[in-house]
Amino acid sequence: MTKTRPSAVPLLELRGMTKRFERPPDLAARLARMVGAGSPAQSVRAVDAVDLSIAEREVVGLVGESGCGKSTLGRLAVGLLAPSAGDRRWRGAPVIASPPAAAREQQLKTQMIFQDPFASLNPRRRVVDIVGEAPVVHGVIAAHQQLEYVGLQLNRVGLDPTLMRRFPHQFSGGQRARIGIARALAVKPEFLVCDESVAALDVSIQAQVINLFMDLRAALNLTYLFISHDLGVVRHISDRLVIMYLGRVVESGPADEVFAAPNHPYTRALLAEVGSARPGKRAFVPVRGEIPSPLAPPRGCHFHPRCPYAMPRCRESAPALAPVAPGRLSACFLNDTETAT
Amino acid sequence: MKQTLLAVEHLSTHFHTRSGVVRAVDDVSFTLNAGEVLGLVGESGSGKSVTGYSIMGLVDPPGRIVGGSIRMADQELTTLGSEQMRALRGNRIAMIFQDPMMTLNPVLSIDTQMIEAVRAHRKLSRREARDRARETLVRVGIPAPEKRLRDYPHQFSGGMRQRVAIAIALLNDPDIIIADEPTTALDVTIQGQILFEMQKLARETGAALIWITHDLSVVAGLADRICVMYAGRIVEHGMAVDVLGTPRHPYTRGLLDSIPANAPAHTRLRQIAGMTPSLLDLPAGCAFRTRCAYAASECEQDPPMFDVGAPGQSARCFFPLGAGTEPA
Repeated sequence: MTKTRPSAVPLLELRGMTKRFERPPDLAARLARMVGAGSPAQSVRAVDAVDLSIAEREVVGLVGESGCGKSTLGRLAVGLLAPSAGDRRWRGAPVIASPPAAAREQQLKTQMIFQDPFASLNPRRRVVDIVGEAPVVHGVIAAHQQLEYVGLQLNRVGLDPTLMRRFPHQFSGGQRARIGIARALAVKPEFLVCDESVAALDVSIQAQVINLFMDLRAALNLTYLFISHDLGVVRHISDRLVIMYLGRVVESGPADEVFAAPNHPYTRALLAEVGSARPGKRAFVPVRGEIPSPLAPPRGCHFHPRCPYAMPRCRESAPALAPVAPGRLSACFLNDTETAT
Repeated sequence: MKQTLLAVEHLSTHFHTRSGVVRAVDDVSFTLNAGEVLGLVGESGSGKSVTGYSIMGLVDPPGRIVGGSIRMADQELTTLGSEQMRALRGNRIAMIFQDPMMTLNPVLSIDTQMIEAVRAHRKLSRREARDRARETLVRVGIPAPEKRLRDYPHQFSGGMRQRVAIAIALLNDPDIIIADEPTTALDVTIQGQILFEMQKLARETGAALIWITHDLSVVAGLADRICVMYAGRIVEHGMAVDVLGTPRHPYTRGLLDSIPANAPAHTRLRQIAGMTPSLLDLPAGCAFRTRCAYAASECEQDPPMFDVGAPGQSARCFFPLGAGTEPA
C-alpha cells in the first residue's frame, strides 16, 4: 500500500476546534433565572481544543468510545456543525473567511457518509433522486444527464443501475450503505468523513463495504476521515490513527506504529479488546470503571479514574499532547517520567 | 463423560406470514453439557436468536415450533404448558437480551423487580429475597449494591444496566443461561468488563451458557464449542479451536476472512460474494451455494452434516474444505 507523504499544505486542518453543547434551560431553570436564583447553564465540551490535520490522500482513523466526541469532530470537519471556537482550513485557507462561492465549492468537496443506512436515506424518494439530486442542483451535471450519471454512480459502488427507480426500503442494509456512498460520491468530493459507516452491517457485508472504500480511495484519490469504535476495521484501512477520550485527543500516530506499540494507557486498553477470532480461549482482562459522563468529566487527565498507572499529578492537571516519537503524539504524564514501560 | 443438560433435536421454528412460510430455524440439532459455553454464531436472519427464543418458549405467533424436540434433563420443553414453562423460565433457564430494557421494567425500582423474580420461584420472605438480590448484584460487580437496589433502570449506565440484567438471570442459580448478543450495544472497554464477568460467573456457578452472537472474535475467547448458523440451519459445528482454526464449511471460512483484524492491514479482504438470501426465497439444496466459490451441481441437493476434520467437527457441505474433495 502506498504510504502517503505528508505534503506541505494539509488538505484539511482543524486548529483548536472546540464544540460546547449547552443544555437548554427547562421551565424551572428559566423561572429561577428570572428571579435571579438560577445556576449557570450546564454545558458539555464534546470536543475540547482538538488539532487535526489531514494530508491529501491520507486515511485518518478516528477511534473512541461513546461520548468521546468523535462524531462531533467529524461533523465539525465537514462543516455540519459550527465550532464554538477554533479554525477550519481547507488547503491552507480559512474556510470562514473565504468568499461564499469558494466556501460552497469547498463544502461540495467534503461529504459525509452516515452510520445508519436506514435513517440516512429519505424513505419517500427513489434512489435516482437520492443520488441524482445534489449533482444537478450544484451544477455538476445538467438535468438531462441525470439518469445516465446516476447509473454510473451506482455501477461504481457495485449496485445494479436498473434498480434506480426503487425506494430505499426495497434494499438490504449492505445495499443501502452503498446507496449512501454513491450519494456522497455523486458530487465528486475529495474528502469523505465516514461516521461508523460499516458498524451496522453484518460481518460478510462489512468486508464488502470495506473493500469498496479501499477500491474507491485508489480509483478516485480520496481522503478519508474514518470514524469508528471498531479498532479492527480502523487498523485495516487507516494510515494514521487518532484516539479520543471524552472530548480530547489522547494519542495519534501512524496506524502500524500505534498498533505495534501503543503509548497511552487508554490506547493500550482499547487495543487489548481488538477481536481477531484467533482460536483459543483467552481471559478477558477488563479496564476498570465506567466511561464518565461528559457533563461532569473528571479533573485533570480525563482517564485517570480508570488508569492503572494514575499518579497524583494526573488528578491535578491535564497532560498536553507531546511528541513521543517522530509523527507520534501522546497525552500522558508517564512519558515525562522514566517510569514509562 | 459430561452430563448432557440440554438436547435440541431437529428443531424447526417457522413463521407463517402472509408472504409465505419463513423457516427461521430449520432442522437444528445440538447438545449442551453442564458447565459448557456454546457459541451460536451467525449473521442477521440466520436463526440464532429464534433458536434461543424457541428454547425459552418465547416464540410468538405467527411463529411456531413445527417440529423437533428440546429436552432438558428428561423433560420435553416443546410440549410443556405455559404454566410449567413459566416455572422453568427465570428459574432453571434464564435469558439475557441485547437490550437490557427487554428484561427491566422502567417504572419499577431494581429491588422490586429482583425480589419479585426470586419470590416467583422460591418461598422466601421479602427480606431474604432482597438479601439474595444484593448478593447477586455484588457477584456481577455492581458497586454500592445497597444504594443501587433502590435505583430505577434509567439511573444506570448501559454497561451497569446489562449487569443488572445478568444479575436477574443469575438470581435463581439457573442451569442454563442463554445470552443473546448481550455485549453488542456496549462500548469496547465495557464489553471487555461484561465478558470478564460472564467468564468468571460461568466458572463459579457451573451454569452452562449459550452465547448467541454475530461476532466470531467474542466467541473465540469464550466458547468451548461453536455452532455456525446460516439461513436457519447449522452449517458447521465443533470445538471452538477446530471451527476457528480449521474451518471446513466455506461459509465459516468466509466469515473468518471477513474480519479485518485477521487480515494484514491495507489488503483487500477476501469477502463473501453476494448477499444473505431472503428466508422467503432460499435456493433449493444448500442455501449458501449461490454465494459459494466451490458450488457444484451436487449442491442443489440438501447436504447432510458430514463428520469432517477433528473429532466432533461436522459441516453441512458436500465439499468440505481441506478434505481434498473441493471441485477444481
